[in-house]
Amino acid sequence: MTMTSLYEEVTQVPDGVPTRRVTITVNGQKRTVDVEPRLLLAHLIRQGLKLTGTHTGCDTTNCGACTVLFDGRPIKSCTMLAVQADGHKVETVEGMGTASELHPIQEGFKEEHGLQCGFCTPGMMLAAKALLEKNPNPTEDEVRWALSGNLCRCTGYQNIVKAVLWAADKMRDQQA
Amino acid sequence: MALDELKIGGMGASRRRVEDNRFIRGKGQYVDDIVLPGMLHMEILRSPVAHARIKSIDTSAAWEVPGVRLVMTGDTMAARNLAWMPTLSYDTQAVLATDKVRFQGQEVAAVIADDPYIAKDAASKIIVEYEQLPAIVNPMQAQDPNSPLIRDDKENQTNNKVFDWEIGDKSATDRAFADADVVSKIQLHYPRSHPSPMETCGSIADFDRATGKLTVYMTSQAPHIVRAAVAMVAELPEHMIRIVSPDLGGGFGNKVPIYPGYVISILASILTEHPVKWVEDKSSNLISTGFGRDVYLQGELALRKDGKILGMRMHTVSDHGAFFADAQPTKFKIGLMHSTFACYDVPAAHLTSEGWYTNKAPGGVAYRCSFRVTEAMFFQERMIHAAADDLGMDQAEFRRVNLVKDDMFPYRTAFGFLTDSGQYQKCLDLGLEAIGYSTFAQEQEEARKRGKLLGLGISTMTEPLGAGNSREYDIIGIKMFDSAELRVHMTGKAILRTGAKTQGQGHETTWAQIVAHELGIPADDIVVEEGDTDTAPFGMGTYASRSTPVAGAAVAMVARKIRAKARKIAAHLLEVSEEDIEWELGRFYVRGNQERGVTIQDCALAAYSNVPDGMEPGLENNAYYDPPNLTWPFAAYICKVEIDPETGVWDVLQFVAVDDCGVRINPLIVEGQIMGGLTEAYAMASMQYITFDEEGNCIGSNYMDYLLPTAWETPGFELYEVVTPCPHHPIGAKGIGECATVGGPAAFVNAVMNALKHTGVRNVDMPLMPNRVYEALQTGKDVSGMPPVKAG
Amino acid sequence: MYPSRFEYDAPKTLEEAIAILDRSGGEAKVLAGGQSLVPMLKLRFASPERIVDINGIPGLDSFRVDADGTLRIGALVRHEDMENSALLEKSFPTLAGAASLVADPIVRVRGTFVGSVCHADPQGDWAATMVALGGRIVAQGPNGRREIEMSKFVLGPFVTALAFNEIAVEAVIPGAKGTARGGYLKLERRVGDFATASVAVSLDMTGATVNRAGCALAGVGGRTIDANEAISLLNGKELTEANIAAAAEAVAEAADPRTDHRGSADYKRHIVKTFVTRILTGIARTDQKAA
Repeated sequence: MTMTSLYEEVTQVPDGVPTRRVTITVNGQKRTVDVEPRLLLAHLIRQGLKLTGTHTGCDTTNCGACTVLFDGRPIKSCTMLAVQADGHKVETVEGMGTASELHPIQEGFKEEHGLQCGFCTPGMMLAAKALLEKNPNPTEDEVRWALSGNLCRCTGYQNIVKAVLWAADKMRDQQA
Repeated sequence: MALDELKIGGMGASRRRVEDNRFIRGKGQYVDDIVLPGMLHMEILRSPVAHARIKSIDTSAAWEVPGVRLVMTGDTMAARNLAWMPTLSYDTQAVLATDKVRFQGQEVAAVIADDPYIAKDAASKIIVEYEQLPAIVNPMQAQDPNSPLIRDDKENQTNNKVFDWEIGDKSATDRAFADADVVSKIQLHYPRSHPSPMETCGSIADFDRATGKLTVYMTSQAPHIVRAAVAMVAELPEHMIRIVSPDLGGGFGNKVPIYPGYVISILASILTEHPVKWVEDKSSNLISTGFGRDVYLQGELALRKDGKILGMRMHTVSDHGAFFADAQPTKFKIGLMHSTFACYDVPAAHLTSEGWYTNKAPGGVAYRCSFRVTEAMFFQERMIHAAADDLGMDQAEFRRVNLVKDDMFPYRTAFGFLTDSGQYQKCLDLGLEAIGYSTFAQEQEEARKRGKLLGLGISTMTEPLGAGNSREYDIIGIKMFDSAELRVHMTGKAILRTGAKTQGQGHETTWAQIVAHELGIPADDIVVEEGDTDTAPFGMGTYASRSTPVAGAAVAMVARKIRAKARKIAAHLLEVSEEDIEWELGRFYVRGNQERGVTIQDCALAAYSNVPDGMEPGLENNAYYDPPNLTWPFAAYICKVEIDPETGVWDVLQFVAVDDCGVRINPLIVEGQIMGGLTEAYAMASMQYITFDEEGNCIGSNYMDYLLPTAWETPGFELYEVVTPCPHHPIGAKGIGECATVGGPAAFVNAVMNALKHTGVRNVDMPLMPNRVYEALQTGKDVSGMPPVKAG
Repeated sequence: MYPSRFEYDAPKTLEEAIAILDRSGGEAKVLAGGQSLVPMLKLRFASPERIVDINGIPGLDSFRVDADGTLRIGALVRHEDMENSALLEKSFPTLAGAASLVADPIVRVRGTFVGSVCHADPQGDWAATMVALGGRIVAQGPNGRREIEMSKFVLGPFVTALAFNEIAVEAVIPGAKGTARGGYLKLERRVGDFATASVAVSLDMTGATVNRAGCALAGVGGRTIDANEAISLLNGKELTEANIAAAAEAVAEAADPRTDHRGSADYKRHIVKTFVTRILTGIARTDQKAA
């Protein structure tokens, strides 16, 4: 994809239905799209921008599978309208590392077996990223607390916590 | 030189998972991530009421919505003989309702549109007129002769009973009870629960009129069973059906049954000649797809004064919802409930079971469970706990007296199972040591002085994992074996396919480790594929912890076939006779001259370039594995809790898990399975259940009401291992995926009951919510979770 | 998961926003944090014709204390802003106690204090703290601003005294004249659960004497329960064991719980009593230690 496309047609809207043009910086790239006001940010990310690493797991803002960073802070993207992201920065799992170079949190999840089915993983990793940016040296309890807005059915969380602590260690080493 | 097995990622290596490489990048491909050209979207309209006659359905306003392509009702399905479909338990289930709705959330109509938002808009414009009927919400109501007949669609069905079933020796059991010094009884409700994987169910049906081929991307744990079922139901030829199960966001049994949504999407694609995507939302998943449990368990033990169990009686009453749609082995109507007490030496036992229809979603799926073993083991360990208390015996000692001893294997249980191996006492002792059992009584006393109630609960169990054998186990006549196909390429790299389907268990990693173990090909050189019925060999899928016991065994067996052929090639290359060839990991050599050898990779190259005369070229094969027996892992779970008596809130202070699942292929993955399973056990013990009100409204249709624990509540777990290799499995492995979910709940509940012992309370039904624990403390009486019974 | 169609405005000034609301004649909804509204849109429990997004209006995110100790919380102050506030810890312990118990950490990043109060959920945490602290909501409409006492703000479950063309722009909470003491306890089954029962207590104290006691309850009635009257028996008194017991008894009496799958009415009432006792005993102990 080109660095900045001025306009992308991403959703199918019947004739006569009003749309709004919004520009969102997604993983560092400006994306300009026309959307219906009712389109959820999660759906824009997934269907419109084809970044399917962001998952939708529930209807009630509980599971956190759709967690992305919005201007650097974690939000549940199923609980924001796409139009609200106009002029803002969104980071998804696809923006965490590059194909060849992983973010330490991604490495940590693999190293400590912090995922099984992988469905909650992108949201977990982004919630963890937000935590480590604020608190580079968290305790186990602080990690558990920070991730308590994200549900996982497979791992029992213990290895997720280890993965985040592993990443915190590595990130501190990189800083030093 | 033989290879270092751990270095090539063979058996016992905590190899980091291959599949993680895509998941951590957000590159997994789940059904909802797949987009096909021209794809339409389907929304299902569901019944808001539990039991009603459909008087009329008006779809005209829905057709008017711009972007709508098709509106379907029961009539649309009936015109093609698809209004009803067979279930995996020889019952029938409505696809789209024609006559009545029989549970809240049942499928009534479907809209196919250009966009899911539009489909939803249109679905909300369909007007259905219902004539409400009394709802039956539990088996007690169902058996009332005056209650309405739920399944009036079935000929010869005159009441709400699904089945009666029994097993065991009644007269021997009667005699045991006549001889008993003490009879101990218990009555429990294992509440309805939902497996609730994070990803809901969904499908994309793509019927190509030009080729006549139907491709369905689907959230299925058992794609080959689906292919067979679709062939039968939709009357399409089986070779023109391709089922693809892509990455699954968890399954836990929820993705075994065949749901109406799949079938509707298939017909929708045939009618519209477009691919049609259906992805249900969480509420739809929770209210309409396979529940687990919902069984009333009661029973008694005949005991000698010294603690020896003489006999066991059990009666189960199960709630199956409106359609008997859970997959059970044909012979066993209440699954493997009769595996109860398999780890104890019980001379006589008798089990009677009855199943009932109710106005609830179809239930009884094996939720992280080998066909009802969760209920069986929960009953067993709650019964054991109560019996030890009744006898005034120490919990550990009572188990020691009755556990099957190491020298008794293979051990024939009173219900006829043959448990294969184990070191039960060793596991128990290891766990007791880890939790500090010897000083617990003192600890408990000291806590009481601080106003806190401590409790310790034990759960020990063996469970049958890995159905078949095929003589005894089938689902709708399809025998329960599994398969693997291995192709070794010219350069010694390989592709392995199996009939299983991973949902997070890590098959892509562990199957390669088995091949590495058998052939010495580094695990990194082997790619594993599953889930596409056009390429994978036939298999029964992944559930009931059967992957490693059955498909895993097939992987070992096919690798051995490959090795056998490679041996002939090696003999040819080394110019000696086959009898003179020796094998060490990764390499054949000439007996007596270890230096002179060829690697498995050399053999692979030769298989395509230099085969001996008369040998077919190539190095590939397949294996179908029909297990001689189930595998019998053992677990000892021990839990220590503290109750705040003022609120009834309890916290887990320590949890010790000792698992013996035989040889561990990948210890890291095994531990992941155990911790995940223990968390579901904790969930069921503490918060996770679905109840219904008197009208049949589901209380628990979203994550606000259906509670799953977060990282904050979930306790930490301490894991220990004992290894007793399975004597009949090619690599000595046993199942592990569900041991913790099966054996775990009783450890938590027994711990809380132990803390309440001084009050005389024998049972509080799950989930042990603070209000129930507080009520027990206040009243000194049992707290039943049984829903209100009001005759219909 | 798919909201109905609506029109959307993102005005840049309050005046503009109010004008839109006024023109919409009650068919518009104000969107701030959206953590209650958007889920309702997704489930189609709410299907407004128009959404007025106030996130782009400057000046609504102020979170400050006036010279007289009055706390002012703008309409765009997020739960998260309040969670790690040293200011609240010292001067508004009731709010500090509740801050980390609202919803879950991700929801707290986006959800707002004022929005949560306006949602008027009987199980809402912030509404209870507002009632206990004697807070007021500043509403701005076409005719200017007015202040509404919390006790008159919530009219029933999910119903407030806000007119259709008014926006709650600020919450105002008076500071303690003496020393601020208080706490918030919530019985939840897991993070993000609604309260089975929760208790907000605020005390304005001089030395060991309570000048003014405030209390409110969530989850134990059809709306936020105002227990200020009940706990007022502590006014002018010290936190002795007997006074604490009497206050806890009176507050529990004010609760109006219903039996449901979270517990019986009696149980919930008992939890209220236990939590009042725990908060007050905790304060008494801390003060004793300090003295």
